[in-house]
Amino acid sequence: MTEGYGAISRRDVLKTSAAGAAIAGSLGPGNVAMAQGQADAPPHAAVTLKVNGESTRLELDTRTTLLDALREHVKLTGTKKGCDHGQCGACTVIVNGRRINSCLTLAVMHEGDEVTTIEGLGSPDNLHPMQAAFVEHDGYQCGYCTPGQICSAVAVLEEIRAGVPSHVTADVSKPSPMTTTEMRERMSGNICRCGAYSNIAEAMAQVAGVKA
Amino acid sequence: MRPFTYERAKSAQDAAVKAATTPGARFIAGGTNLLDLMKLEIETPTHLIDVNGLGMDRIEPIDGGGLRIGALVRNTDLAADARVRKDYGVLTRALVAGASGQLRNKATTAGNLLQRTRCPYFYDVNMPCNKRKPGSGCAAIGGFSRQLGVIGTSDACIATHPSDMAVAMRVLDASVETIRPDGTTRAIPIADFHTLPGQTPHVETALEKGEMIISVALPKPRGGTHIYRKVRDRASYAFALVSVAAVIGKDGKGAVALGGVAPKPWRVEGADALLPNGSKAVADRLFAGAAPREDNAFKLTLAQRTIAAVLAEAKA
Repeated sequence: MTEGYGAISRRDVLKTSAAGAAIAGSLGPGNVAMAQGQADAPPHAAVTLKVNGESTRLELDTRTTLLDALREHVKLTGTKKGCDHGQCGACTVIVNGRRINSCLTLAVMHEGDEVTTIEGLGSPDNLHPMQAAFVEHDGYQCGYCTPGQICSAVAVLEEIRAGVPSHVTADVSKPSPMTTTEMRERMSGNICRCGAYSNIAEAMAQVAGVKA
Repeated sequence: MRPFTYERAKSAQDAAVKAATTPGARFIAGGTNLLDLMKLEIETPTHLIDVNGLGMDRIEPIDGGGLRIGALVRNTDLAADARVRKDYGVLTRALVAGASGQLRNKATTAGNLLQRTRCPYFYDVNMPCNKRKPGSGCAAIGGFSRQLGVIGTSDACIATHPSDMAVAMRVLDASVETIRPDGTTRAIPIADFHTLPGQTPHVETALEKGEMIISVALPKPRGGTHIYRKVRDRASYAFALVSVAAVIGKDGKGAVALGGVAPKPWRVEGADALLPNGSKAVADRLFAGAAPREDNAFKLTLAQRTIAAVLAEAKA
């Protein structure tokens, strides 16, 4: 029994429950448009995304966020959906070199854009230095916010190097120093319910080569 | 989210024409506020006009001094621009006090001006709200009003404008440059750009149907000490309870505007002249005619103390 149960992943269980919910939902009045078929299908549009170096052409309901496109269409589920309203940062990815909330942007607005997700930063056999530092410093507990934290952390160090000022920069006419105070302020868009913040700050400091 | 059709605008005028002639159309740029509201079905456009491909993403000097900021310049890029940091420090300070790094990377200059209030009753579709549903009433009046407005409000709406950037632009006397569907352009002083609610709180700006922001112009630098002081419930990534934008010269004269207290960046030119007289004189003038609620009367005291802190910092 243990073996058999082990063959079913958590994802399969979630899929099954979602299908159940969809069947139950189709009985309600909210799905009339779907039942009427193609004529009332919601508008779709095509978009080509370059995700982790690979071009993918997608035909999407225009409402699809970049987050849902990555998870449900490109099948890269490393990027997580937390609040889906830009408040928690779990969905953070790097687009054309800058970190953004993938839940608050439409996939069709990203024609030709280069998207880097947690899967593109490193792999289990070849971790990105920030991933390795998170492991070394226990920069997580449950791990749900971690892909967003790591994408954000990698981009934060680049932002400081590029001279982007922050709220804690004492003199905005000068470049910001690479300090943990700067890093902590810049990470405020990534919430961790487990409260691993101090370990995340240590991981970032290690990668940046400064004292935590 | 309700279904919508989507197109990429070909030119600024094309976008304005489409917005004026397509029912249910809205512009989308950064999308960070609009998509949030679309998910909640507070905004229900049936057509989106993506303006991101139109350029308008540069910051250029204006002949005779000043800077012209393209409508699509991202908040991060505006805050980081060397000329802005040197000559308009209050603007950089205000920008980095707002939102999160991820949001600032996407949010645009025009979108920041046009963002909607964060009044909790505007966000709760089960509650009456004259801004969301004209004529339905205001649940905020008599409700939990700690975050809400104390001046410039009306008996129909007590929402605040949530922007930090706009408060700095108000103290800098910026003007908002637009294009209309017929191709004509105009410059709207930022003082007149946002409108007070009166009995029509759903009308928030002076923009006409289809009219689109193309840039924001800053007048030539006026020197002085630039300060943006924001007071909020946590140290980062929260909206202002009160914020103070100020540009103050060595002689103690200057300009001051407040955020977090009114439906628009709150500046009273008569209060600027009182800056050498200290925070009480300035606050009394700024808040003449204020209508605070029990939950937010503290904002008057907090604003005065924040002005005092800003004046002390300017003197130091």
